[in-house]
Amino acid sequence: MTRTKNNWRIGVTAGAVATVLITTACSGAGGGGGAGSDGKGGSINVLMVANPQMTDIQDLTADTFTKETGIKVNFTVLPENELRDKVTQDVASKAGQYDLATVGAYETQLWQKNDWLHELSSYADADTEYDSADLLKPVAESLTGEDGKLYALPFYGESSFLMYRKDIFKEKNLKMPAKPTWNEVADLAAKLDGAEPGMKGICLRGLPGWGEMFAPLTTVVNTFGGTWFDKDWNAKVNSPEFTEAVNFYTKLIKEHGEAGAAQAGFTECLNALSQGKVAMWYDATSAAGSLEDEASSKVVGKIGYAYAPVNKTEYSGWLWSWNWAMPKTTKHADDAAKFALWATSKKYEQTVGEKLGWARVPNGKRASTYEIPEYKEASGDFGQLTLESIEHADPTNPGVQPRPTVGIQYVTIPEFADLGTKVSQSISGVLAGKGSVKDALDDGQKQAEEIAQEYK
Amino acid sequence: MSAQTTETPKSGTILNRRKKKSAQGEGDLAETGGFVWTTTAWVLTLIFFAPVAWMFLTSFHSEADAATNPPTLLAGFTLDNYSALFDRGVGPFLINSATASIVSTLLVLALAIPAAYALSIKPVEKWTDVMFFFLSTKFLPSIAALLPIYLLVQKIGGLDNIWILVVLYTAMNLPIAIWMLQSFLAEVPKEIMEAAEVDGAGTLRVIWSVIVPIITPGIAATSLICFIFSWNEFLLAKSLTAVAASTSPVFLVGFITSEGLFLAKLCAAATLVSLPVLIAGFAAQDKLVRGLSLGAVK
Repeated sequence: MTRTKNNWRIGVTAGAVATVLITTACSGAGGGGGAGSDGKGGSINVLMVANPQMTDIQDLTADTFTKETGIKVNFTVLPENELRDKVTQDVASKAGQYDLATVGAYETQLWQKNDWLHELSSYADADTEYDSADLLKPVAESLTGEDGKLYALPFYGESSFLMYRKDIFKEKNLKMPAKPTWNEVADLAAKLDGAEPGMKGICLRGLPGWGEMFAPLTTVVNTFGGTWFDKDWNAKVNSPEFTEAVNFYTKLIKEHGEAGAAQAGFTECLNALSQGKVAMWYDATSAAGSLEDEASSKVVGKIGYAYAPVNKTEYSGWLWSWNWAMPKTTKHADDAAKFALWATSKKYEQTVGEKLGWARVPNGKRASTYEIPEYKEASGDFGQLTLESIEHADPTNPGVQPRPTVGIQYVTIPEFADLGTKVSQSISGVLAGKGSVKDALDDGQKQAEEIAQEYK
Repeated sequence: MSAQTTETPKSGTILNRRKKKSAQGEGDLAETGGFVWTTTAWVLTLIFFAPVAWMFLTSFHSEADAATNPPTLLAGFTLDNYSALFDRGVGPFLINSATASIVSTLLVLALAIPAAYALSIKPVEKWTDVMFFFLSTKFLPSIAALLPIYLLVQKIGGLDNIWILVVLYTAMNLPIAIWMLQSFLAEVPKEIMEAAEVDGAGTLRVIWSVIVPIITPGIAATSLICFIFSWNEFLLAKSLTAVAASTSPVFLVGFITSEGLFLAKLCAAATLVSLPVLIAGFAAQDKLVRGLSLGAVK
């Protein structure tokens, strides 16, 4: 009996060891990067977030870029916040572990001012096929330093727009204006509540975070006439316009918004609309690709798109891009630049279109993307509106008053990430029934005033 | 007399009946208590196991099905998420985790057994102070020590090197292992060691042939705990490794994204990464329970 038991345990242990060995062997065959060693034609280490467009490039690199150039690309994938910490740590300590990293427009500006990033204009200009002039102007400008040079190459860009269920609108005999106002959206949300069992009118981000809730909310603040700081660095967080915008946003969510709003970010709202739990969603234009992807969405072909809702401004969409930036500490600048140029080229878009499908092309950075017939067909209702939303985004003048920094849904100072996150935590509390908008913004005002002292 | 004689068996019968009744009552109570405890244990087990079961089931769903609310546990099953893990190259991460965990655990045992011997069987002077010192090394949160560790490792050129993690995990687990093994060793009857010494066994022979067999369950429990702590460690692995030495927890978080669906793939990765620890725990279950109770009983 004991022997049988022991044999059984030995068997289980052997099974465990075998599992590890088999998984190791399988993954070895799969390749794909991660913890790996250098290839023959040199290798680069790339740090990136796990957004769908990035995982696509991870899948395509070995058979395309590496095959052509012999440069092996080792990818490390981390969530956004961990990636920021890691790059900051790597560059600040001059460790030089990474040759490229995916960074947002916000970090690009901050880090190039810190002299952390290698300029990439010289590489782009030297490549005759690259066509820098084709890059969308607002996107390229948001990555350009004061010296006029690009400090990151855009991988994909996005603005924000309103997505809604065309079929539900038809059923309810409702019409979405091409350029809706926020009041019209609130009225529509009230009418759409309960259009299907359990369906809510609209989904808006309530998850705390400067890049979560405050991405859409700052655009609402902008169009309601508010701002975080005026051009002389006077904090305006509890101004009447800011307060009105936040009151409107929280009231709309509480009355007609998604269930569990205080924990709803991009992913949760994407799920809510994909699963038919809400009738409208105001968020990033890049969401359209997922909504129209049959593998992950149950509402393919049922979604209509409209400009970001406005109040006092003509347009109010945000501007964001994910970009490839090269830390100055890189030890393989030429190889890294080759990869960045390839990843942001017209040729790469063609590769994605042909191998993975045209709806998955990393869009929103090149004007020429919107002239490709296959892409035009695949992007249907949202392609042209994405392009127009990006073109109308004005990072230098996003509201009704001049601003101290360039940026629509953020203030381009290092302290903003902390400020935005803290204020959003209080507002998220309001959505969960704790505290008031006034208290949240009064606290935010105090923090903003302290920060402003540094810049006055 | 007759009354007495007739009364005695009567009272005896009554007493017996009472005894029987109370014994029966105790038995009933014990049975009811046993049933309640068993049910409670099962309910608690199911509550603790439910997230694991959910993770396992979700790992076989498509992203769209995994994202539904309320969850549809029996939606269509697919192996796509596991295939995606292998495409992303999970192997090197598992090898790194296994190297760091196994080697550091062996090192911990090699250092902790003699140390625990010197703190319990033949205690050194002020052994309680030494024990407190070991414990005090755990007072500081890892995050507080991260910056000096990072700078030191960078200075010696040890970034992205798995052997740095081996050293750090050894240092991290050594105090816990010494504390655990010290309590296990304190349970070893002195008479057995004295008998071995009388028979002419030296210190090493006593440790190897007498003490180690007795505390094997304790060593198994300590090893498993050190292995689990090392396998699951994230902060140091994330901060000190980049490409070549990354471990499975770092691989795991790479699936989290703020744009797009990731739950099914994350569950598949979590299932795969937790499998070696689960199997190791399962295989050592018997020794583990004995080991944990050996240290607990005083």
